[in-house]
Amino acid sequence: MGRYVLRRLLQMIPVFLGTTFLIYYLVNAVPGDPLAGKCGERPCPPAFIAKYRAEYNLDDNVFVQYVKYLGNLLHGDFGQTLSGRPITDIITTAYPTTLKLATVAIAIEILVGITAGVLTGLGRGGFIDNLVLVSTLLLIALPVFVVGFLLQFFVNIKLGIGSPTVSSGAPISELLIPGFVLASASLAYATRITRTSTVGNKGADYVRTATAKGLPRRRVVGIHLLRNSLIPVVTFIGTDFGGLMGGAIVTEGIFNINGIGREVYRAIVTKEVVTVVGLVVVLVLVYLLANLVVDVLYAALDPRIRYE
Amino acid sequence: MNFRGKNGSAPATPVAGPSVAPGGRLLDVEDLHVEFRTRDGVAKVLNGVSYHLDAGETLAVLGESGSGKSVTAQTVMGILDVPPGAITGGQIRFKGQDMLTMTEEQRRLIRGDGIAMVFQDALSALNPVFTVGFQIAEQFRVRRGMSRKDSTARAIELLDQVKIPNPARRVKEYPHQFSGGMRQRVMIAMSLALDPEVLIADEPTTALDVTVQAQIMDLLKEIQRERQMGMILITHDLGVVADVADRIAVMYAGRIVEQAEVHDLYANPCHPYTIALLESIPRVDLKGQKLVSISGLPPNLINTPGGCAFHPRCRMARDECLTRTPPLLELAPGRLSACLFAEKLHHSEEVVSGG
Ligand SMILES: Nc1ncnc2c1ncn2[C@@H]1O[C@H](COP(=O)(O)OP(=O)(O)OP(=O)(O)O)[C@@H](O)[C@H]1O
Ligand SMILES: [Mg+2]
Repeated sequence: MGRYVLRRLLQMIPVFLGTTFLIYYLVNAVPGDPLAGKCGERPCPPAFIAKYRAEYNLDDNVFVQYVKYLGNLLHGDFGQTLSGRPITDIITTAYPTTLKLATVAIAIEILVGITAGVLTGLGRGGFIDNLVLVSTLLLIALPVFVVGFLLQFFVNIKLGIGSPTVSSGAPISELLIPGFVLASASLAYATRITRTSTVGNKGADYVRTATAKGLPRRRVVGIHLLRNSLIPVVTFIGTDFGGLMGGAIVTEGIFNINGIGREVYRAIVTKEVVTVVGLVVVLVLVYLLANLVVDVLYAALDPRIRYE
Repeated sequence: MNFRGKNGSAPATPVAGPSVAPGGRLLDVEDLHVEFRTRDGVAKVLNGVSYHLDAGETLAVLGESGSGKSVTAQTVMGILDVPPGAITGGQIRFKGQDMLTMTEEQRRLIRGDGIAMVFQDALSALNPVFTVGFQIAEQFRVRRGMSRKDSTARAIELLDQVKIPNPARRVKEYPHQFSGGMRQRVMIAMSLALDPEVLIADEPTTALDVTVQAQIMDLLKEIQRERQMGMILITHDLGVVADVADRIAVMYAGRIVEQAEVHDLYANPCHPYTIALLESIPRVDLKGQKLVSISGLPPNLINTPGGCAFHPRCRMARDECLTRTPPLLELAPGRLSACLFAEKLHHSEEVVSGG
């Protein structure tokens, strides 16, 4: 296992280089002048432009720029915004908030998704089953911003539960509704995956064996069936973690949360190339690590999987 | 409902009920009817199965695929899929107690402890994500309230009893790490954990290599003798039963069509289906001869033919076989046959050709 993890970590290097280069290249290729409007009504003075071009190595070709950027990254230097704010500063304030939001979302996915999936998987048809099927379909079909605005309007504003905007400390209680919104589509998938695997496994021979051993029903279901049915959904939820962090852009916009999503959005609008790249580089890292954790978890859940 | 202990563990005492003297009656299945209600219609899978089992004896249940051997066993165990399955008639008595009228909780306590089962395919019957030790030991923990340590020690003992080498190490391994034969030994060890009085082995060797089949059969026979259990051995292989079973029950289309002591059955089969089965065994002394297989198709259980279910394939069939369903009649003590011509077959000296 240790060797497997090491190999996976090494494999992450080319993936990391590839993705970050693409991001660097694309963000640079977007048309528009980053300095437009930076100097008031007038165009910026040549001296300022020259300083800017030198600082961001804009006179080199994109490969050289990228390599220089990477070199700085290795020293932990993410660069600065145009206004001189260190990007590490943005990362350290914005990431914890998004991480918190994504964690709330994952927790909701696990608690609600798995419970609903197992319950509907065990019953045959029936009202609850149909209710869950319809509501998950709805969550999958509706775009996140629709779910977001609907919940914000009805729960936060009409019913007065929670707050429509999240305050700066982002306390967990205020993150519950945004977390649900962020999780909504994945929650629906997690429910359906759990339901499908529960239905598939409940007729399995080993479930029948467990019954034949005279174990109580709740042990047959809660231990023997559940452990097997969890394997696919745990994989799904784990992989989803990275996706949720990236997907937080919309949710953070709706609920005015100062997380990664908002920072990336702001940086794109103002063409702060280095900020965008820096924030996304960290996202890529989180995503890669989450995938590694999933693979390790997968092996722990299913002993038939062996990584050599 | 009774709640015992924090994990709802069952009483530490064995199943209630009168203890059975050697040779006493353990299990009585009487006129059992089971059907499956499927999309295609109602399949009448068991149409009045009756057999019994005494302590210390081995009953072999024979019959071709689909004759209802496994469904009978599942109904006795209480692990029938309901729905689509439904018990529509009959009785199952374990040591005199009617199992079909008792509560689900009483029923559960008999499983594993009174009646245990060995399944055909150990690879799918064992849970892939738990170690074999866990799966054996959990019975001691849940049913006997034993500690984790003690129950693991007992699991190791059991693995040793079924002759798995190096049990202390193997107890920590997962089912997929065992070979087919070793895995079936694990299955057997698991079924023995609570010291059952009845062991039902449903084709315990079908999934195995021929060389391993004999070893597993020997092991089952040895364990059955040692513990003086009653054993029901389900198989479609007439070859293996001769040296293991005391009695044989032959099933066809959800009924017992013939029942006899092993030697009587081989020497003088009293049902045309049994005769056909015996003729289909490959024989060493007749090597090179064509293997006789039973002609015709197994009956369609949704549209069972009237009269004797075997008549479309029977060499002896007469007109009356199409209309009269032959009852299971006693020809001599312990000899039963459900054929209109059973008496004739019983007294005729004409035995299996070449027998
Ligand atoms: N869960 C089920 N749903 C529908 N039909 C079933 C079910 N289980 C068994 N049957 C039907 O019941 C009949 C008897 O099956 P059973 O498994 O008892 O046969 P068997 O004698 O054990 O055969 P084999 O030797 O192949 O194991 C078959 O026709 C089968 O299709
Ligand atoms: Mg069977």
